Amino acid sequence: MTDEKTAILKGTLDMLILKVVALGPIHGYAISQRIQQISKDYFQLQEGSLYPALHRLENRGFLAADWQSTDTGREAKFYKLTRKGRKRLETEMEGWERMTEAVALILRTAE
Amino acid sequence: MSWLGRFFRKRNRESQLDSELRFHIEQKTAQLTGPGVESAEARRRAMAKFGGVEAVKENCREARGTYFIETLGRDVRYAFRTLSKSPGFTAVAVITLALGIGANAAIFQLIDAVRLRTLPVKDPGALAIVHLNKNHWGSGNFNGPYAEYTYPLWRQIRQRQEAFSPIAAWGADSLNLAVGGEVNYANAIWVSGAFFRTLGIRPLLGRLISDSDDRPGCAGGVDLSYAFWQKRYGGAADVIGKTLTLEDHPFPILGVAPPTFYGVSVGNRFDVAVPVCAEPTVFGVHSRINGPRARESWWLSVFGRLKPDWTLPRATAQLNTILPAALRETIPSQYDADMVKRYMAYSIETRPAANGFSSLRKDMSTPLWLLLGLSGLVLLIACGNLANLLLARAATREREFALRLALGTSRLRLLRQLLCESALLAIAGTICGGFLAAALSKSLVAFLSTPGNPIFLDMPTDWRVLGFAAGLAILTTVLFGLIPGLRAGRVPPASVLRSGGRGMTAGRERFRLQRILVASQVALSLVLLAGALLFARSLQNLMSRNLGFQQNGVLVANADFTRLHLPEAQSDSFVRDLLHRIRAIPGVAAAADSIRSPVSGDISNRWVVDKNGKHPNGASFLDYVSPGYFETMQMRLVQGRDFNAADTATSPKVVIVNEAFVKKFLKGTEDPIDEQIRLWSPPGKPEPDYTVVGVVANSVYDDMHAPFQPIMYFPSSELEPRYANEGAVFLVRSRLGAAALLNPVKETIAGVNPGIDAQFVVLRTQIRQSLIQDELMATLSGFFGGLAVLLAAIGLYGVISYTVAQRTNEIGVRMALGAQRSSVIRLILGEVSFLIAIGVAVGAGLTLAGSRAAGSLLFGLKADDPLTLAAAVVILAGIGLTASFMPARRASRLDPMAALRQE
Repeated sequence: MTDEKTAILKGTLDMLILKVVALGPIHGYAISQRIQQISKDYFQLQEGSLYPALHRLENRGFLAADWQSTDTGREAKFYKLTRKGRKRLETEMEGWERMTEAVALILRTAE
Repeated sequence: MSWLGRFFRKRNRESQLDSELRFHIEQKTAQLTGPGVESAEARRRAMAKFGGVEAVKENCREARGTYFIETLGRDVRYAFRTLSKSPGFTAVAVITLALGIGANAAIFQLIDAVRLRTLPVKDPGALAIVHLNKNHWGSGNFNGPYAEYTYPLWRQIRQRQEAFSPIAAWGADSLNLAVGGEVNYANAIWVSGAFFRTLGIRPLLGRLISDSDDRPGCAGGVDLSYAFWQKRYGGAADVIGKTLTLEDHPFPILGVAPPTFYGVSVGNRFDVAVPVCAEPTVFGVHSRINGPRARESWWLSVFGRLKPDWTLPRATAQLNTILPAALRETIPSQYDADMVKRYMAYSIETRPAANGFSSLRKDMSTPLWLLLGLSGLVLLIACGNLANLLLARAATREREFALRLALGTSRLRLLRQLLCESALLAIAGTICGGFLAAALSKSLVAFLSTPGNPIFLDMPTDWRVLGFAAGLAILTTVLFGLIPGLRAGRVPPASVLRSGGRGMTAGRERFRLQRILVASQVALSLVLLAGALLFARSLQNLMSRNLGFQQNGVLVANADFTRLHLPEAQSDSFVRDLLHRIRAIPGVAAAADSIRSPVSGDISNRWVVDKNGKHPNGASFLDYVSPGYFETMQMRLVQGRDFNAADTATSPKVVIVNEAFVKKFLKGTEDPIDEQIRLWSPPGKPEPDYTVVGVVANSVYDDMHAPFQPIMYFPSSELEPRYANEGAVFLVRSRLGAAALLNPVKETIAGVNPGIDAQFVVLRTQIRQSLIQDELMATLSGFFGGLAVLLAAIGLYGVISYTVAQRTNEIGVRMALGAQRSSVIRLILGEVSFLIAIGVAVGAGLTLAGSRAAGSLLFGLKADDPLTLAAAVVILAGIGLTASFMPARRASRLDPMAALRQE
C-alpha cells in the first residue's frame, strides 16, 4: 500500500465490478480501466486480481460472458450482468449505503 | 451450462482463460506504448501492473467450481511420479506402515472374534446367561469348561424361574465316534429341548432338536453342525435318517444346523448336538441324570431369552428368591453339614449372553489386550519413523516447494499434492497391512490350537477391522505428511531460494521435532524390548523348570476299556497283563500304569482330615500308580519304598506322598514313614487310615505355572473296580525316543483286544501344549520387540545421516582446522548417546509403569525384574550406537576441501 493509493476495501471489489458491468457488456481490461478512471486512480489495483473475481462471479451466476469482437476487431470476453447479478448488486449497494451512513453518523455525532 | 458440461469443456476454458489474459496485457501494452516508450518496455510495465500471470491463472481456476476434480487426477499422477522417483523412501514408508497396521489389525481381529462378536442367532441382545456363583468348588464331578449346574438343580431352576421364556441348558462333551481302535472324538453338546428354540435357529436340513425330543428316557437323535456335515458326509442331502455312532450307541441323524451357527461357546465349534435326555443311554449307570451321583455331577450351563417386560436385575432378584428352595431339593447326599451350609450359600447372577460363552475369552483376554497394547506401541513407533522420513524428505524438497510457491502455486494446491502423496502411501500401506493381518491372524489361531483343544474362530474379512486399520494409516500419514507443506507456507519463498543449498528451515525447530521423535521411538522400543525379554525369560524359565520327573522319552497311552464290559473282578489282572506285555516290547526301558498323566488337565484331589474330621489344610492332589511308576518317570524316591506286588486291594492301606505333602500336612516331619493319613469320607462310609510307606521328590502335577503342590500316590491295585474297568493310562519310557514306540504299543494294545479305545500322546508334547499361551506371548512380543528395535535403529540412522548432511560444512571447517577423524565420530556419537540416554530414561519409567499388566502372565520372575530391564537398555543402546556409527564414520571421512566447497 502506498501513501497516495489505497487498496480496495476487502469485499467491495465484487460490488464495484458488478456496478461497472451493470452499464452494459464489457471486457475485463475495460473494467479495470473504468474502475481506475472513475476513482481517479485512487485505488491501487493489481490488474490481474480482477480476473479471479470475475470468474468467481461468473461461476456463481451473477455474470454471464461471451466472446465478441471489440471495436478494433479483436475477439474479447465480454461480461454482462444476469438478473441474479442485478439483485445481488442492489442488496450489496443497500448494505454499503447503510454502513457508510452509520459510519458517517458516528463520525459526526461522536465529536 | 451444466456442471458436467463445464467440466468437459475444460480444455476450451483453459485456452479461453489464456486469451482473456493475453488480451488484457496486449491492450495495456498498446496503451502504454507511446512517445519515448518502446513496446518492450511498455510490455514490461503492463506485466508489472498485472501481477504474476500464473498465480492469476491459478486463482481463476480455483474460482471455478470444477477445479477440484479437474486437478485431482493431475495431483494423483504427480504424486505417483514423485513417489516412484524415490523408491527407497516409498518402500520403507509402505513397509513400516504395513507392519504397524498389519500387526494391529490382526490382534484387533482376534480380540473382536473372541470378545466383541455377538452370537450368530436371532436377537442376541435378549439372551442372558444364568450364572451360578459358587464361593467354593464344592465336591463332585465336573465336566466341561462351563460346568455350573447339576441336572437336578437345572430342573428345579427351570420349574421355578419366571423371567425367561424359553430357558435352555447345555453342556460340552467329547464323544467317541469310532467303533473300536483309535478313538475319534467329536465335539458334542448336550442340549435341552428348548436350546435351538431359545436361540432362534432354524434347520438347514431336517429338523433341530425340540422340546418333544427331550423327554426322560428318550431314544435320542443328533443334529450335525454344518461344518461336520460337510467334513464327514460331504454335504450329502440324504444324511437325514442315517445313523451316527457315539460311544458305541447308534443315533439317528435328525437334521443339520445352518452354516452361520457354530455353537454358543466362542472359540469352539460343535460337531454334534445330542438331547440331554439321551445321556443315560450313553453313560448307563454313571449317568449324570439318573445315576447315583447325579446330584454331584456338574455339567450344564443355563441361558434364556428374557421375557419382554423383564430386566436383568429383576430376573436376578427373582432367581435368587427361588434358588434356596431349588438348592434344598438337590443337596448332594454325601455332603456333610459344613458342605451343605456352603452349598446353600450359592447365588445366581445373570449377565448378557450376546457374546456367548467363552473360556477362551477368559483365558485369552489379558494376553490379547496386552498384545494389542504392544502392537499399538509398534504402530506408534512406525508412525514416528514415518514422520521422520517425511520430515527428512521435506528438507530436501524445501527448494522445490519455495520455487513452486514463487511461481504462483497456491499453498492450498501444494498441501493437496502432499495430501495425495500421503494418501497414496496410506492406501498402499493399508492394502499390504490388510494382507499381512489376514495371514497373521490365521497363523495366530493355528498357533493357539492344539489337537486336544482345537480352536475355531469365525473370522471373515470384517469391514470394521479394515476401517480401523485404514483409519490408523490415513491419520498417521496425513498428520505427518502435511507438516512439511504447512512449514513451507510459513517461510517466505525468497529467503529459502536465497539461502542456496542449505535449507532455511533446517534450523533448530525441526531439528528439535526430529530429535523428540527419535527419543520417543527409543523410549517406546525399550518398553517393547523389555516386554519381549520378560516373556522370553518367562518361557525359558517354564521350559527349563525342574519338573520333578524326566519328561523326555515318555509315551502316554490313554486306554479306554468301557466297550469290553470287563467283569469287575478281572479288571485289575487285565491291566497287569497289558502292562506286562507293554514292558516286553523291545526298546521299552520302563512302564507303569496310572489314572492320569502329568499336565494333561485331568486332576483329582481329596480332603485330608485330622482326628476330628476337620480339614484345616484343605485338599491334596492324588494319583493311583502301579509299582515302577517312579522309576518310569525317573522321580527320586527320597525315603521309604516303592509299591510292590504285595500292595493289593486287600492288604493294609498304604500311600506314598511327596515332600510338599510332608511339609503341608505332616508339619514337615523328619521321619514321615509310618505316619497315618486320614481322608475325608462321606458319613456312614468310613475309610481306614493310610500308612505312609515312601516319600518322593516334588513334581509338577497339572499346572506348569504353579509351585510344587502336595500329591498322594496310592497303589493302582487299590482302585475301586468301578473305575478300574473303565480304563488306564500307560506311561512308557523308551530307550529310543517316545515316538518310536507309538506303533509297537498301539499294536500290542490292539493285539490284546481290538475293542480297547486308545489315544496316544508324547508326554513332552503334552507339556509343551500347556505352555501355548506363554509361547504365544514370547513369540509375538519378541516379534514386536524386534520390530520396534529395528524401526528405532532406522530412525536413529536416518536422523543422524540427516544431521551429518546438514552439518557437512561445519564438519569441514572443524577438520580443516585440524580436528581428528576420531573427534568427529565422538562429536556425532555424543549427540546420539544423548538422544538414547533420554529415550532410555523415559522408556525405563514407562516400562516399570506398564509392566504390571504383564505380571500375572510371567513365571519365575517379577514384572519389574531389574536384570531384564538392564539387558534391554544395553541391547537397545548397542544397536542404536551401531546404527548411528555408519553415518558418523561417513562424516569423519569427509574431504574437508570438498565439504567447504559445497557452500
